Amino acid sequence: MNARVVTLNAAGGSPDLIAAQAISVVVNGRKVLRDVSLEVRRGEIVSLIGPNGSGKSTLVRALLGLIPIAGGTISRRANLRIGYVPQRFEPDPVLPLTVGRFLRMAGGVGRARLEQVLDEVGASGLAKRQLVELSGGELRRVLIARALLREPDLLVLDEPAQQVDITGQLELFHLIGQIRDEHGCGVLIVSHDLHVVMAATERVICLNGHVCCSGAPEAVSRHPEYVALFGTRAAREIAVYMHAHDHAHGLHGDVVPLEGGARPHGHDHSDDHLGHGRAAGGERR
Amino acid sequence: MSDFFLRALIGGIGVALVAGPLGCFVVWRRMAFFGDSLAHGALLGVALGIAIGVEVNVAILIVCLALALFLTALERQKRLAVDTLLGIVAHGGLALGLVAASFVKGARLDVTAYLFGDVLAISLGDLAWIYAGGAVVLIVLAITWRPLLALAVHAELARAEGVQVRVARLVFMILIALTVAIAMKIVGVVLVTALLVIPAASARRLAPTPEIMAVLAALFGVLAVAGGLGGSLAWDTPSGPSIVVAALALFIATAGGAVLRQLWRERQLGRSPAVAP
Repeated sequence: MNARVVTLNAAGGSPDLIAAQAISVVVNGRKVLRDVSLEVRRGEIVSLIGPNGSGKSTLVRALLGLIPIAGGTISRRANLRIGYVPQRFEPDPVLPLTVGRFLRMAGGVGRARLEQVLDEVGASGLAKRQLVELSGGELRRVLIARALLREPDLLVLDEPAQQVDITGQLELFHLIGQIRDEHGCGVLIVSHDLHVVMAATERVICLNGHVCCSGAPEAVSRHPEYVALFGTRAAREIAVYMHAHDHAHGLHGDVVPLEGGARPHGHDHSDDHLGHGRAAGGERR
Repeated sequence: MSDFFLRALIGGIGVALVAGPLGCFVVWRRMAFFGDSLAHGALLGVALGIAIGVEVNVAILIVCLALALFLTALERQKRLAVDTLLGIVAHGGLALGLVAASFVKGARLDVTAYLFGDVLAISLGDLAWIYAGGAVVLIVLAITWRPLLALAVHAELARAEGVQVRVARLVFMILIALTVAIAMKIVGVVLVTALLVIPAASARRLAPTPEIMAVLAALFGVLAVAGGLGGSLAWDTPSGPSIVVAALALFIATAGGAVLRQLWRERQLGRSPAVAP
């Protein structure tokens, strides 16, 4: 098999930031991914879901170039800047590190920029705190701030909602949607928290070693392979959540002020899923 | 102040200034045992150097580098854990060095001086070696500070952000080997790691950022050298161990101070002090 990593010419007209075509990855002699294809475009939120051990993190690491691919092609836009929020990040108490110093590690970050980015992710006032003292949700926001400081074209978040309570998760997904709106970057989110991801995304890819199904959230949630993989209960939970969207949509006339520095946004929430998701996210806090 | 004491002080301070910041990385990356293994293996370098007539410092450096590369290569196999490998290298190297030293005839090799340091016999040539080697280590450390720190904070994030992780690791090991080679004269192979680890550990509680911790570690190292050598002169104790005892005293003082401050704060808050389980 032929494995290639190629650079896309932006002038070539392709809307893709990054694309995998029929890639396979072998880890410790075991084929973890086979024939996987996906692409992320500018301004698009793509969710990668799948049960534990389905190869989600492996796929992300292959896309980032952290592990080699055994076959297929990965194409990236020239000079693609990727902001990465890793799944596991446990600050080590043996290494003293304030939030501010951690963010400045991204390089060339002045005080004003530091405060601005912390404000943007709803973590203002944390600059002098030690990383080890942060809660799960605060740490995620700081990691997102670090990724944003790289001015990314593509934001990759591996299980961003892990170790964050349900309210915090909704706030995080709201924040991610807001970042996409303001920066216009593409976003790839890995998750197994199905119902929350479903709300925040426009395209879902369901992975289990191979791509089981992909498409708009409702289409995926009704797909037989998806139901077989996650069971009818998961499918029902999503249905319940979708229902909640409609409800929130009805209440949306008066926007609830949001906590944590997040601002309500005034754009039209007419009929896209994303709008529903955000509205629900906003209402639940 | 006599000449030999002054030379010892200047040499010791030079080593402490290098060992402090580098020792922080040893602490952050949990590589104390790694440094220890290189230091023990360095005795083999001493014996080989004298046996084949190579400058001892150069022989130590070459053996340390060879051991570092050897350990990196061995880490990839999975049948033995890293600490087992380090134990083999540390004690195998030390034993080989001692056996090899017994073949070197006469008074040319004073094993005790290499095991525990002979700071009071430091020559001007040794001082030049310490300061030249030390300057190289500090300059390279300053240049590679950012990638090394990124690596210590989170290796995968560093790689994703384009840090050449393998190069950084290799550079770091070379720096440890160089530091071991220059620190040996002061505290000896058995106690080199103490000079790397104890000042850095003392600095941890007082430092909010990595850079402050590195500066404090260098400062604590200098205080330990001055205090240890002073004590050695006053009470006629062995100089290398005295320096380490002084470093230990500083560590206990900072740790104790932090505990007292914690108790005081809890009292201020009107809570009873937490009872240790």
